[in-house]
Amino acid sequence: MAWANQDKTAIVGIGATDYYVRGQSYPRTVYDMACEAILKACEDAGISIKQIDGFAYYSGAGAGYTGKLDSGTFMEMLGMPHISYSATLTSGGGGSVGSIGLATAGLMNEDCTYCVSLMTLQQLPGARLGTVFGKMSTDPENSFLQPSGLVGPGHLMSVLARRHMHLYGTTQDAFGEVAMATRANTWNRPKAVRKKALTKEEYDASPMLADPLRRLDFCLETDGAVAVITTTRDRAKDCRQKPAYVHAVAHGGRREWGRAFTWYGMPDPYFASSGHEFTANRVWDQSGLTARDIDVALLYDHFTPMVLMQLEDYGFCERGEGNDYVLSGKLRYDAATGKGVNGGVPVNTHGGNLNEAYIIGMTHVVEAVEQVRGNAISQVKDCEFALATGGPASLPVSSLILRSA
Amino acid sequence: MSEAIKYGPAKLLPGDQLHITASADTEPFWEAAREHRLTACQCADCGHFRMPPTPVCPECSSFRKEWPTLPGTGTVFSFAICNRNPVTGEPYVYVPVVIDLDGAPGARLISNVTGCDAEDVEIGMKVSVEWTPINEGWVLPNFRKV
Repeated sequence: MAWANQDKTAIVGIGATDYYVRGQSYPRTVYDMACEAILKACEDAGISIKQIDGFAYYSGAGAGYTGKLDSGTFMEMLGMPHISYSATLTSGGGGSVGSIGLATAGLMNEDCTYCVSLMTLQQLPGARLGTVFGKMSTDPENSFLQPSGLVGPGHLMSVLARRHMHLYGTTQDAFGEVAMATRANTWNRPKAVRKKALTKEEYDASPMLADPLRRLDFCLETDGAVAVITTTRDRAKDCRQKPAYVHAVAHGGRREWGRAFTWYGMPDPYFASSGHEFTANRVWDQSGLTARDIDVALLYDHFTPMVLMQLEDYGFCERGEGNDYVLSGKLRYDAATGKGVNGGVPVNTHGGNLNEAYIIGMTHVVEAVEQVRGNAISQVKDCEFALATGGPASLPVSSLILRSA
Repeated sequence: MSEAIKYGPAKLLPGDQLHITASADTEPFWEAAREHRLTACQCADCGHFRMPPTPVCPECSSFRKEWPTLPGTGTVFSFAICNRNPVTGEPYVYVPVVIDLDGAPGARLISNVTGCDAEDVEIGMKVSVEWTPINEGWVLPNFRKV
């Protein structure tokens, strides 16, 4: 059954800072970058900062992994007269695109009229994601994980990738193709961090950091901020840009995935998955669409195997067939035709977390908006539906489909 | 396809760099480990096993727990091969494993495995518990290839 709020809200403004290699945004601050992103999003939408009256965060309103965002602080800094909505999704990057659903909840409840969702991230030496789990102080829950020496997200994800290889015969070649196919989309992006074409030889020579994963299976560690503004359909008509309608959006997940790779209790087939099947089915139910109807897929790519597993969870291919799907070139974008390759749906036309920048999922929302506006750098021809996903991580994870106006 | 990497012996992480803390929910597990007794949290009403230990049974909502002595054997469910000591950053080959525990269906432990070369660890491999003294007098269960 169609979702009651289908196409009733729209993303109308997007704003981002430059993207910096980890730590290089210093001496900027997380609030300095966040304010730049918010003000740019207002300018893009053609509204005043004084019209923003809602915040819909994710990751527990975290600024990266160590800091916190606070609505009162933003009001003070940006001169916002009042807010009537301030909410966050829990856990981490899994909720990135779900924050647009949280914004929609506030808008449809008439709590707010223009709602900001954002992430701002600065990875100074004490706040580096790559080692964050190892640096956390010991508590009764992580005492069942930390002593194993699984101290970084890449370590944690490699255990899932190994199980997928065992169950389905998935190869490291497929992980490499995820990195190469999405790298091919950044050569003409001024802000992308990794732009040079990636060869299989370079991938194979990349150091093994957590076998079966190499350094090039890991996403970038970057700094920067991204903000987007969601409003109601009626208000969107008066904004500067073509609206990107919120066609379907969901967050949550199943108990069998739960805390995922900080728990490792998931039974098969959930263990070797992205944990997205539940929210994938919710957005398919909300929209009546299937993977076949999607024109571009912006899949949260913190690690290459998790792209492959999302392709299975969303039904771009059957479970266990991700290896062959990826190796047949179906992630690639063909600039000559503006379409996919070999019947596939182009994945991460912006280069993703692996190649453009890692702002905990918000760059995928920006690309989804640009694709349905029709002004993306690697524009998919006649792009009507863009899928964007949150990180395969502890619940909630999230899914978003934007529709062109 | 790249050549398989030769890592050599899978080592346990040094106990003197490992810490745990316990709560009322988890302490019986760690107290048993101190006595070199492997246990898992079991519901005293419906018999469902859960790890890590939590206050309430997710199957029947009972707060009553038991801590049966397990055989101390298990099966490798999945693993990673790591090559740097997480504290010092120096080259150090260790293999974090997720173990399905014999005698406690559905309960898993996350641990290190030793007793073979890292590249020879396999999913489905049988292992048995061994005990590593760590900081503050606690003892950590690790596993050795049978």
